[in-house]
Amino acid sequence: MKKFFIKRLGYSFISLILLSLTIFLFVRLTGDPTTLLVEPGASRGDIEALRAQLGLDRSLLVQYGSFMGNLLRGDFGQSFYYRTPVFELYLSRLPYSLMLAVVAMSFSLIIGIPTGILAAVRVNGLWDSVGKLFALLGLSFPSFWVGLLLILFFSVYLGWLPSSGSGGFLHILMPAFSLGWFFAAAHMRLTRSSMLEVLGSEYVKLARLKGLPEALVIGKHAFKNALIPVLTLAGINLVLMVNVAIVVETVFAWPGVGRLLYEGIAFRDFPIVQATVLLGGTMIVVVNLVVDVLYAVIDPRIRYER
Amino acid sequence: MKLLEVDGLSTHYITARGTRVTRAVQDLSFSLDAGETLGVVGESGSGKTTLALSLLRLLPPGARIVSGSIRFEGEDLVPKPEAEIRQIRGKRIAMILQDPMASLNPLFTIGDQVAEPLRVHEHESRRSAWNKARGLLEAVRIAAPEQRVREYPHQLSGGMRQRIVGAIAISCEPRLLIADEPTTSLDVTIQAQYLSLLRDLQKAHGLALIFITHNLGIVAKMCDAVAVMYAGRLVESGPVRQIFNSPAHPYTKALIESIPRFGDSNARLTAIDGQPPDPSALPPGCAFHPRCLQAMERCRAEAPPDFAVGADQTAACWLWASS
Amino acid sequence: MNASRAATLPLTWPSRLASIRIEAVALVPIAILSFIALVAIFADFIAPHDPQVGVLGARFKPPFWQTGGSTEYLLGTDHLGRDVLSRLIFGARVSMYVGFMAVIFAGTVGTLLGIVSGYLGKWVDQVIMRITDTWLALPALMFAIFLAAVIGPSETNIIIILGLVFWTRYARVIRGEVLSLKERDFVRLAIVAGCSKRTIMLRHMLPNVLNSAIVLATLMLGQVIIAEATLSFLGVGVPPPKPAWGLMLADGKKGMMAGYWWLTVLPGSCIMLMVLSANLLGDWLRVKLDPQLRQL
Repeated sequence: MKKFFIKRLGYSFISLILLSLTIFLFVRLTGDPTTLLVEPGASRGDIEALRAQLGLDRSLLVQYGSFMGNLLRGDFGQSFYYRTPVFELYLSRLPYSLMLAVVAMSFSLIIGIPTGILAAVRVNGLWDSVGKLFALLGLSFPSFWVGLLLILFFSVYLGWLPSSGSGGFLHILMPAFSLGWFFAAAHMRLTRSSMLEVLGSEYVKLARLKGLPEALVIGKHAFKNALIPVLTLAGINLVLMVNVAIVVETVFAWPGVGRLLYEGIAFRDFPIVQATVLLGGTMIVVVNLVVDVLYAVIDPRIRYER
Repeated sequence: MKLLEVDGLSTHYITARGTRVTRAVQDLSFSLDAGETLGVVGESGSGKTTLALSLLRLLPPGARIVSGSIRFEGEDLVPKPEAEIRQIRGKRIAMILQDPMASLNPLFTIGDQVAEPLRVHEHESRRSAWNKARGLLEAVRIAAPEQRVREYPHQLSGGMRQRIVGAIAISCEPRLLIADEPTTSLDVTIQAQYLSLLRDLQKAHGLALIFITHNLGIVAKMCDAVAVMYAGRLVESGPVRQIFNSPAHPYTKALIESIPRFGDSNARLTAIDGQPPDPSALPPGCAFHPRCLQAMERCRAEAPPDFAVGADQTAACWLWASS
Repeated sequence: MNASRAATLPLTWPSRLASIRIEAVALVPIAILSFIALVAIFADFIAPHDPQVGVLGARFKPPFWQTGGSTEYLLGTDHLGRDVLSRLIFGARVSMYVGFMAVIFAGTVGTLLGIVSGYLGKWVDQVIMRITDTWLALPALMFAIFLAAVIGPSETNIIIILGLVFWTRYARVIRGEVLSLKERDFVRLAIVAGCSKRTIMLRHMLPNVLNSAIVLATLMLGQVIIAEATLSFLGVGVPPPKPAWGLMLADGKKGMMAGYWWLTVLPGSCIMLMVLSANLLGDWLRVKLDPQLRQL
């Protein structure tokens, strides 16, 4: 078990290095980084000062060293617009994004799993066709468009829900729905195929041979087994949600890290952009590591395999 | 009254568009007394498993019993509604499948799975069902049943798992047990133990046993009567000793001859030429005629009915037409 | 053909592809995509107005079937008085062009690197896989936004950016296929016959992975289009004044509160239609070309 953990930790470490390297290289090598890292409207003196600070005249390796040094000290730069360290800014926004992600993920599972089971049990029937249609639509509708349509309908026409901000329960409804919609379709699809596979298995056959009522066969024997791959996917998707969250948060002006990234672009505030991408990537690497380790803890078979 | 009487059973697989009909089981008739052991023999694709599933009315979608009757303890099972059949499954007729690892649900304990039929059919309480489960594990000769009852399938060996499947099967004291190739996936050394266990359980509970296999050696050891299937039809049936000593149907003869025997080092290994036919595209007449060394013109034209060959033995072959 | 011969003959994808009968299910998405392609190609002739020129006096006109609309601007106008229909038509050009080019770019790079990584193995494989894993860890969109901020948005840059983000998905899958292909007899025969590694990779591996590459391409098209639309919506996509559907959605948001629904619903529907068709086509192709890929 220890061996597995150390190996896995090593991989994460390499990924983090590669991540920072990629970001670093892209910034340094594409033209003059000072245009990005300096405030718009800065004087020539400021530019020269920044150039010296970044050590642009020194070798790439040294630059990378100081870059990493700063990161490890928690110095991700300062936002032009907010005039605060970006790291602080990021941390203050993070809880909102996490909250949105959790609600959206719950929604996607609550909708996706039962629909998938129903589609599998009534395979090739009406519910199955409805389910497949739902899945197809879910995967083809861009999430932000769903958000826009929701605002159009529920805020502009009906006036029921607020279209932006992060006040109370009503505020999180539409953003969570828009964010979870795509994943609900993906989860439904996987639940359906996983359930179909389980329903064809020998132990389900035996359960029927035992003369168990159908509800017990499906609810007890099939359900738990079918759920395993879906939960795995949900774990992976939680991380992918960050992607989609960028737009959704922008559409609904939800004060999370996604919207922070957007602000960085809109205001040409590059330190925000760079830091958000770095921190976002890091978070994902860490979450993946935790998920993998957790998996090994729960399923002993994985432990012994590695 | 015979325990089980199957008369003219036909089960077909029909594709969704109705374009292809696979006659998995065609016009099958046999009977079984209480406590008797019947061996059903045939190659893969002969329809043995479909027969077993038909008896329990557990056919996959696309398969249907198109004609015939299955009289179990006097009642015809074919027209019965699903709810009634479910009461019979697991309680009065039980079945053991081939792959013990796949038969047990990996996420639930052994005790849970063995106690389940008791709780559902006999409406036992959890405690009494688990007590009985422990007793059942002992009956199938599993050591330390109190411990095993709380374990999961992947923690046990293949032989133990198959015994547990057996324990599940006998839990509600059925009258008939259908075993579909139960020893095929077990190690050879374990097979003999398992077979003797089945024999003992049968004697202790007065079970009738239908033993489906492709292994003639097991049939010779275990069964009182044997039914030989080919391409969905019953080609020969009768008492075991009689069939082995004087097989009537050319297919049965070829099967018995193809068993390698010790001491026959000079004789060549014989196999039956050709392949079993595709069940959805059967040749006209007798299905075996393309591979039969004694095929006649009549065999190509008409499918033979059952002819009596000596006491209790029947063969579906034109060679026996005169008798 | 018995099994031993099958093991030595490479599968030729053109014959597989040619033997596919176009079923009704595939006809609809193919028709839709062809229609959009035609619209994109002949945009100059079809569009009633110049998409980039607005008549300030005709701002926020609704579609012709609503009160206040006119047949001059069939689908209404936006906040600058530009004709929505014309912008949608020219937007098709942007979406098609960027979408296809990005998929081709990502596909080519990804397939080649996948073959190299899978076949050569060892440290080449490790390096490429590590990079792939890292880039896959970064959410595509985030990465694309970052690159757009650094490199600067333009139509060509967006294609490059999307290509850079999506090639990793290709490489992984193709590599997997190559790994299993490596063990096949016809590869062993080629090695014994003395073919160079480069020949084997190009003449034997490549045609056999093309099936998967094509299926992946269609599946990827949908994602790429959504990515492009998202980038445009956020303002880092194809830069104005070129009409991109995503950009129209961003503009449309401004008018949404006032009830100018057509500026949101219409461009979004176009995106959705194109993505839906790409997904349907991809699903159908996947089943037809290689049942094994169903797990994708």
